[in-house]
Amino acid sequence: MSAAPLIRLNDIHKSLGGKEILRGISLDVARGEVLCVIGPSGSGKSTLIRCINFLEIPDRGTIEFDGCVVRPDQPLDAHRARVGMVFQRFNLFPHLSVLDNITLAPTRVLGLESGRATKRARELLDRVGLSDREASWPGELSGGQQQRVAIARALAMEPQAMLFDEVTSALDPELVGEVLAVMKGLAREGMTMLVVTHQMKFAKEVGHRVVFLEGGRVAEEGRPAEILEAPKTERLREFLGHFA
Amino acid sequence: MELNPYFEFIPSALANTALLTVSALSVGVALGLVVGLARIGPVGWLRAGAAVYVEVIRAVPLFVQILYLYYGVGYLIRKIYVPSPFVSATVAFGICYAAYIAEIFRAGFQSLDRGQAEAARALGMTRRQAMRHVLLPQAFRNILPALGNEGVALLKDTSLASVVAISELTQVGGALTNKLYKPFEVWTIIALCYLALTLPLSWAVRKLEARLRVRGAAHPA
Ligand SMILES: Nc1ncnc2c1ncn2[C@@H]1O[C@H](COP(=O)(O)OP(=O)(O)OP(=O)(O)O)[C@@H](O)[C@H]1O
Ligand SMILES: [Mg+2]
Repeated sequence: MSAAPLIRLNDIHKSLGGKEILRGISLDVARGEVLCVIGPSGSGKSTLIRCINFLEIPDRGTIEFDGCVVRPDQPLDAHRARVGMVFQRFNLFPHLSVLDNITLAPTRVLGLESGRATKRARELLDRVGLSDREASWPGELSGGQQQRVAIARALAMEPQAMLFDEVTSALDPELVGEVLAVMKGLAREGMTMLVVTHQMKFAKEVGHRVVFLEGGRVAEEGRPAEILEAPKTERLREFLGHFA
Repeated sequence: MELNPYFEFIPSALANTALLTVSALSVGVALGLVVGLARIGPVGWLRAGAAVYVEVIRAVPLFVQILYLYYGVGYLIRKIYVPSPFVSATVAFGICYAAYIAEIFRAGFQSLDRGQAEAARALGMTRRQAMRHVLLPQAFRNILPALGNEGVALLKDTSLASVVAISELTQVGGALTNKLYKPFEVWTIIALCYLALTLPLSWAVRKLEARLRVRGAAHPA
C-alpha cells in the first residue's frame, strides 16, 4: 500500500502577534485518512490548518506534500491548488452566482475550458444537493447551503486533500447535519481530510484518528474511540467534559 | 436675432465640457487604481511613492496644477512635444483626481472582508488573479457612488480649463460676454448649462447608491 503519508508536518513553529501559537507540531496524514483536530479556543487549530496551505507561512519546520517539501520561497499557488480549504465563514464570492463561484478557479487557475468547468460544477452541485440553486446569489442562500457551495467550490479544483476549519461552527444547529452529511460522503469516497471540529460525534463516526491540540502542541493523539472515550490526560478529560 | 450667437457657441461648449470631464475622469480612474493598488501593495518603495504622490497633489491647488502643466511643463518640453490645451488639461485633471480616487480605491479594498482574498488564494489564484476576479469587482461596486461624486466635482472643476483657452462652457461664457455685452444673460445661461449636466448626474449617483445599499443587504460581503 502507499506507505508514504500524503501530508507530513515536521516540527512546525508559528508565531503571530509576538506570541508563539504553534510550538513544534509533527504530524502525518495518510492518503485517504480523515484526521480530526480538536482542542480549546486559541490552541492553534486554525493556524495549523492554515499553515498546511501556507495561508500562514511557518516560521520553522517543514511541510511535505506527496513526498516533496513545499518551499515557501517558491510560488505557492500550485500547492494551494491541490489542497482544498473550507472556512468557518464560507467566504463565498458575493458578486458571483453560485455557478460562477465554483467555475472561477478551475477556469482561471487550471485553464479548464468553460463548458467543462460548468459541467463539473453542475455535477458537484448535484452532489451537495443544490442543483436547483446554480443561478442564485450567495446572499440568497442559508448558511448551510452556502457552506455546501463552498465545499463544491473547493472540490471543483479536484484537490488531493481537503482542509476543514470548523465549517459548521457558524451555522444554526438545524443546518449542521446537511454539511456534515456532505463531508461524510467525501470521507467514504476516500478523500484525505483534515477536519478541525467541535462535532465529537462526527469525529467518532467518521474520523480515523483524532489529535488533541493544546497550547500549540499535540497533547494527545489516537483512534477516536481511545481519545474521545478514554482520554489519558486530565486536560483532555476536562475539555471533553464541555461536550458531554 | 440676438439668440444666434448662443446657438452657435453653447452646444459645442457643452460638448467640450462633457468631453473633458469624461476623458479626465478616465485618466483619473485608471491612474487612481494604479496608485491605490501601489498604496496597499507589498512593495515598500511603491507604497511610499504612492503616499507621497497623494499628499503632494492634494496639497497644491488644482488651478496651479493646470497652469504648471500647460505653461510650466509645456515650456520645458516644448522642443520635444507641444501638447494641445485639451490634452494638457486632461492630464492635469487626471493627475489631480487620481490622488483622490486612489484614496477611494484604497478604502474600497480595505473595507473588503479578509476572507475574500484568503478564499481566492486558497483556491490557488495568484495575487493578480485574486485582485482581478475577486477583490476588484467587489471594491469597484462599493466605490461606484464615490466615483460618481468625483465625476460631478470634476465636471464643475473643468471650468478652470478656461484658463488654457479650451472652448468649454466657462471660456465661451467669457467670450460671449465680450461679444454681446449682456453679462447677466450670458452667465445665467452658462450656470443653467452646468446645472443641466450636474443635476442629472448627482441624481443618478444617489439612485445608484440606494440600489447598491439594497443589493448589498441581499448579498452580504
Ligand atoms: N494575525 C494574528 N495576530 C495575532 N494573534 C493572532 C493572529 N491570528 C490568530 N492569533 C491568535 O493566535 C491564537 C491561536 O489562534 P487560532 O485561530 O489558531 O486558534 P484556534 O484553535 O483555531 O481557536 P478557535 O477555536 O477560537 O478558532 C489565538 O489566541 C489568536 O488570538
Ligand atoms: Mg479557529
